[in-house]
Amino acid sequence: MNNLSSYLWQILELILAVAAAPLLTGWVNQCRAWLQNKTAPSVFLPHRTLHKLFHKDSVVAENASPLFRMEPYIVFGCMALACGIIPTLSTDLPLSPAADAIALVGLFALGRMFISLAAVDIGTGFGTMGGRREMFIGFIAEPALLMVLFSSSLISKSTLLTSIVANLTSQDLIIHPSMAFAAVAFVMVLLAENARIPVDNPATHLELTMIHEALLLEYSGRSLALMEWAASIKLLAYFCIGIALFLPWGISSVNTPFALLLSLLILTVKLVVVGALLAVLEIVSAKFRIFRVPEFLATAFLIAVIGMLVHFLLGA
Amino acid sequence: MTDLVSLDYILLAVSGWLIIGACGLFAIKRRGGISYVLYPTGAAIGIALCGLGIYSALGGTQTCILSIGLPDLQFHLRLDSLSSYFLFVLGMVSTGVSLYSIGYFRKEEETPLGLICLEYHVCLASMAMILISDDAYVFMVAWETMSLTATFLVMANHSDPEVRYAGFLYFLISHIGALALLLCFGLLQANTGNYTFANMREQHLDLLWASITFFLAFFGFGAKAGILPLHIWLPEAHPAAPSPISALMSAFVLKTGVYGFLRITFDLLQIQVWWWGVIALTVGLITALFGVVLSATQTDMKRLLAYSSIENIGLMFTGIGLTIIFHAYDMNGMAALSLTATLYHVASHAAFKSLLFLGTGAVLHATGERNLGKLGGLMRFMPWTAWAALIGVLAAAGLPPLGGFVSEWLLIQSFLLTPGLPNSVLNMLIPIVAGVIVLVGAIAAYVMVKFFGVIFLGQPREQKLNQAHDANIWERFGFGWLVAACLMLGFFPVQLTLVIDRVTSFLVGEGIGTTVASNGLLLLAPVASHRASYMPLVFVGVLLACCLLAYVLVRRFYHGRLRQSIPWACGYPFQTSKMQDTAEGLGQPIRHIFGNFFRITRELPSEFDKNPRYRISVEDPFWSMLYRPIAVITEYASRAVGMLQHGRISIYLLYSLATLMLLLLVVT
Repeated sequence: MNNLSSYLWQILELILAVAAAPLLTGWVNQCRAWLQNKTAPSVFLPHRTLHKLFHKDSVVAENASPLFRMEPYIVFGCMALACGIIPTLSTDLPLSPAADAIALVGLFALGRMFISLAAVDIGTGFGTMGGRREMFIGFIAEPALLMVLFSSSLISKSTLLTSIVANLTSQDLIIHPSMAFAAVAFVMVLLAENARIPVDNPATHLELTMIHEALLLEYSGRSLALMEWAASIKLLAYFCIGIALFLPWGISSVNTPFALLLSLLILTVKLVVVGALLAVLEIVSAKFRIFRVPEFLATAFLIAVIGMLVHFLLGA
Repeated sequence: MTDLVSLDYILLAVSGWLIIGACGLFAIKRRGGISYVLYPTGAAIGIALCGLGIYSALGGTQTCILSIGLPDLQFHLRLDSLSSYFLFVLGMVSTGVSLYSIGYFRKEEETPLGLICLEYHVCLASMAMILISDDAYVFMVAWETMSLTATFLVMANHSDPEVRYAGFLYFLISHIGALALLLCFGLLQANTGNYTFANMREQHLDLLWASITFFLAFFGFGAKAGILPLHIWLPEAHPAAPSPISALMSAFVLKTGVYGFLRITFDLLQIQVWWWGVIALTVGLITALFGVVLSATQTDMKRLLAYSSIENIGLMFTGIGLTIIFHAYDMNGMAALSLTATLYHVASHAAFKSLLFLGTGAVLHATGERNLGKLGGLMRFMPWTAWAALIGVLAAAGLPPLGGFVSEWLLIQSFLLTPGLPNSVLNMLIPIVAGVIVLVGAIAAYVMVKFFGVIFLGQPREQKLNQAHDANIWERFGFGWLVAACLMLGFFPVQLTLVIDRVTSFLVGEGIGTTVASNGLLLLAPVASHRASYMPLVFVGVLLACCLLAYVLVRRFYHGRLRQSIPWACGYPFQTSKMQDTAEGLGQPIRHIFGNFFRITRELPSEFDKNPRYRISVEDPFWSMLYRPIAVITEYASRAVGMLQHGRISIYLLYSLATLMLLLLVVT
């Protein structure tokens, strides 16, 4: 199984995921613009923005520590590794045993910790506020996300994402009631972790309620580009986790060019549909006050717990 | 003796520490001798002990009898895998702390340096003796020696009334705990009059007496470890002590409580009952949550770390509770998994917490401030300390690829495997406990962002911080050793698991070593490789490769210049360092969500104040809920008794007469 070709496919899948991630962000933005009756930007707009930012000079605050300069690369690396662990196209991933679902959550936490530390580093009011809020949302979202992963790992008796997917796809089409609860909780966590409405508004800037934007305020040029790119990859990674857990059908179990191509096609369709749904969800909801967010996430946690109890009660 | 066995070497190490201590007393004022001869020798002994611990954990059990002590009470000593493992942790921590002490104890503390050297090394020696003792007599002597020396060390700067108060509090609580331990050993020997552990292992107590023994041990060792509600000495004693001492206390003195609890529960007591485990688990979980929430609201950097230690001890007791549950149901494989997680956490907590305390020591020496509100921006002035503390912070936050993550990962894995339990209520509740553990870990990350962010990042909050100097060379050696320990614990979990395997086989009859070893030395898979696995070296390798590749590619293809400027801050030009979040500000979301956990007193200024001041104080609720009422009752009772005392001899004679009459009445 662990022969050279599967390593090559793994690298290829990783590069594809990283390169295509901004497209997903572009697609969600496009859908949102359509729903708001605006002229929609191209799906390639995020790519163009990245290109533009990479060519600009970087301005760094005088009192920035080396941590601040290193941080975009670390966060980018974390998100890229996450894409390598999550089964996007096939479940035959040599990298998968390196980290299971719990380590994946740890990886996201590592990225979040560095983002927050870098935001605190410059010592401006907005930056520290952003860092504090990011960690504060993170510490409630993380248990909820793990409860979702636990529900699915209880069904497949494994915490490895590839095993979970392999197990779920090999079964007949059974609807696990516990997974329905887990899916609702997961969507709520996804909204919070990726700075979407109702928790944060990715389209605004200079608002007292901002979280994600406040973290990036002091970055410019290539550092900003890397951070924005990492955010896109994170959105893709979350989508892929969701697809792997709740809509795993179509993920190939072997690494042959044809199977992977088919799997890529299916994944694209899924992402297009789910991305459009995310846009609808964002359009129909309004942003919360910051102190309603813990309630929102606590609800997600409780729903995930209920899902787990349902699993025990019904044995399914 | 011709062939020396490990136990002899360990006794040699113990006597070495004692001799160093005695030398310290002779060279009481000679700073150079103490710094450059005694502490380095102590550190060398620490390294030796670290190796010996690993070596003897893999070897067999050894016993010996020393004929010192009272005529009929010889010292029974025994070295088995449990004591070896803890000796390894002790060696690891003491090496780092001793190296650091070379550089730290330079200027005179209020206690002469030689005396500190004596107390420190006697404390180390007594802790090693606790670990190898094989009868209650040696155990209690060593235990009390440790408590005494630790108290003296806490009170090193005794002219400050707060320090004296902290020392007294520590002394009081550890003695209440020691009383419970005496009673516990009394019950364990079951009226045979023989206080050796070998005899205790042969006694079979019935359920009632075994339960009483268990809870006495839980109370007694919990007082030392800092279990709720006996934790209150920790946040007082840690800030009061010099930083290397706080490091040693947090890293190992607390762990002796864990050691003793494991020794009595799994070795000396012959039965385990599942509801003991439920109680230990619940108390441990509450302690962990309470500790982490309170540490998020602290404004003193060492108090913050003290509460974080309470949290970690809580996690260890949670793991022990789960082990008891599994063991009581004869599911030894899973008991072995959760015990492995607990023991791993003992080592990783010892490494990162001593590192963080040593870091606060360097900050304290450089700035003279413990108050987070007056620090900030120190990464520029103290890069060595800051980078070392960053590693400690990442490990303490339980993030991959460092040591804290491995133990948390193992613990969560063991919780996920519970669905095999025969008790269906436990079956349902215990995976939710895993959720709470994750919550605790995630809040710990928040706390660590606060700790590191406020001290080392941002702008200096005071002018004088610009003159802060970095840790000196010996202090950096201390950091280096502990940073290496944190990294090794994170990168090579399989190797340490194989050592812990011996301990779990001894305590619960099974180990996860064979399963783990079957997957090679890179892949940690505690149950089976298709169920859960983690490869830290591959993880960190790919992570670094991704980061480096991003760096190289960006630098290769884009040649944008880098310009330095004042911080942008949304274009607002009048930013001062006072506009950053304070420690209180970073605690605010936690206070908002977990408001019921503490007593908050707030003073808001009115609109017409000339000098508006905003004050908020967060207090540990156990003071008002438990300790102050006890103090009031004690005072009341003593005053009531005091009414009998008039200081006139005739009245006392009257009392004697009345007592005699009463006794005669009873007898007849």
